[in-house]
Amino acid sequence: MDTFLKQKDIYCFAALAIIIVILPVFVESKYYFIVLNVIGLNTIVVVGLNLLIGFAGQISLGHAAFYGLGSYFSGILTVNYGFPLWPAMIVGMLATGMIAYLIGYPSLKLRGHYLVMATLGFGIIVNILMGELEQFTGGHDGLIGIPQLAIGGLTFDNDLKNFYLIWSFVFLSMLAARNLLNSRVGRALRAVHGSETAANSLGINTADYKVKVFVLSAMFASISGSLYAHYITFISPSSYDFYYSIQVVTMVIVGGMGSLWGSLFGAGVLTFISEALHVAKQYHIIAYGIFLCLVLVFLPEGILVGCYHFFLRRKARKLIKRGENLNIS
Amino acid sequence: MLWARGFTTVMDFTQQIAQYIITGLTIGAIYAIVAMGFNIIHNATGIVNFAQCEFISLGGMFMYSLVVLFKVNLVVSFFISMVGVALIGALIEIGPIRHARSKEIIILIFLTIGLSEIIRGAAQEVWGTDNVGVPSFSGENPIHLLGGATIVPQHIWIFGITILIMLMLRYFFKNTLMGKAMRATAVDRRAAALAGICVNRMILLSFAFSGALGAVAGMIIAPISTTSYDTGIMLGLKGFAAAILGGYGNFVGAILGGILLGILESLGAGLISSQYKDAIAFFVLLLVLFLKPTGIMGYGESERI
Repeated sequence: MDTFLKQKDIYCFAALAIIIVILPVFVESKYYFIVLNVIGLNTIVVVGLNLLIGFAGQISLGHAAFYGLGSYFSGILTVNYGFPLWPAMIVGMLATGMIAYLIGYPSLKLRGHYLVMATLGFGIIVNILMGELEQFTGGHDGLIGIPQLAIGGLTFDNDLKNFYLIWSFVFLSMLAARNLLNSRVGRALRAVHGSETAANSLGINTADYKVKVFVLSAMFASISGSLYAHYITFISPSSYDFYYSIQVVTMVIVGGMGSLWGSLFGAGVLTFISEALHVAKQYHIIAYGIFLCLVLVFLPEGILVGCYHFFLRRKARKLIKRGENLNIS
Repeated sequence: MLWARGFTTVMDFTQQIAQYIITGLTIGAIYAIVAMGFNIIHNATGIVNFAQCEFISLGGMFMYSLVVLFKVNLVVSFFISMVGVALIGALIEIGPIRHARSKEIIILIFLTIGLSEIIRGAAQEVWGTDNVGVPSFSGENPIHLLGGATIVPQHIWIFGITILIMLMLRYFFKNTLMGKAMRATAVDRRAAALAGICVNRMILLSFAFSGALGAVAGMIIAPISTTSYDTGIMLGLKGFAAAILGGYGNFVGAILGGILLGILESLGAGLISSQYKDAIAFFVLLLVLFLKPTGIMGYGESERI
């Protein structure tokens, strides 16, 4: 699990920063910018969700709702009530966190997979409300005219500027997740994942940690949702359905549960596949399903970590073989 | 508006309520069957089988293909579809579920989600996205009841088949050796294996059973609500809510939970607002999880940390 959480991290983060800065030079078409930005937005959600799945061992099938709450809080507060942009985003994040606490607290107090049921129900209710509370949300037609974000005089009004904005958030959220996991909290979480009873007996309040990490992961999703709303400037309920929740869960698993860099990988690969299959939209579902099943059956630790382990094993086998040869000669 | 109409005469109102309850019972029976399917797999393996949703869609679509496209006799197609979906359920277990390298519950739950995506995608390829109708089992002429409410024959079929299934399942689990072996596996897998029960076969059987149950649910509701490649999602997830409401893993609970949820949903849609019809079931689900997570038939406190 902690294969990718070592000192190498600093090189990885440096590499990520450099790639983010120079990548736009190589990207020419507007279309690829949009794909990259969507990858960034998904990565933020996936990093947050991976904290929950990979480190607390709990499933959420309602992350579309938290993502959507971020979008709708930002959208409704700025469009209908003329809120300033950044405070609206922070209000959205805090409110989403609070709602997640209300959902998570009762269901995580129980042993077993109650969170998956609660988040599933919650996700569907929120999606229905988005469509039905027309006076606030614009109903099924969606909410239009959401203003673009701006810092001082700089408005993020094209894909390149949004690329830098979104990917700075990706960078920050990954850094935050990495630091959290290498802290006392992170060690406690890993202990909880390893054995709840053992963690409990060492004085870790397991339920408390699980609720906290759930709230945190909902807030990650909310930030990403706000960024999405301000970037696309149009939101509608269909972007936040049950299917999106499954998509992000798939990204976590393909990338590797509990692997930070895997989250980036999973979000990147699967978003790209979705976009590549855009022409043949009906193959979407089937492609995701096959990907999910193959990875789960053969590489349950995720593609990146799984291949890395495979590589390590081969190396070890080679070393053993060489040792044998030496013995013989 | 509805309220005003309802109160014009008391008679009218009671008639309306009776109608809502009949509709609620019908849809509740469907939820009960689906909840049963969830429970059987949960008891055998401890996982939530999200592919249950797809069993329902497949049941409906198999029925449509056989009856409407290939003009096969209704009864024959009913049994062919049931066996067909049961086989698909069994295949899911023999293939991916049994051969998954990790047996962690969380991985297996995700696996059922992935499998249901594959099945849904394939169904979309085969049948397209249109809603299609299936003829009723016996005519469409509504029967008038005492209170002035009406009931279509298909509702009676749904009640009849549901009751028959429940009785058969009861007989199977209480009186046959195989049923007892399945119950033993549910209680303690290792002990069951020590007693000479082939646990793998019991798990295989439970997947086949819940496939058959899902298919039946999809087939008997199809003439009323039409069917498509993804009808199963909502029905399945609501059946799941019914299972929780009744107490997850509890068979009597599944029936009570299904019927209660069906009636609540139908009354809520009729008296409060039909727009929020789908939200009602999940609202009930959340309430149950927060207030009494063991459900109505669950005994004792669920394990609190």
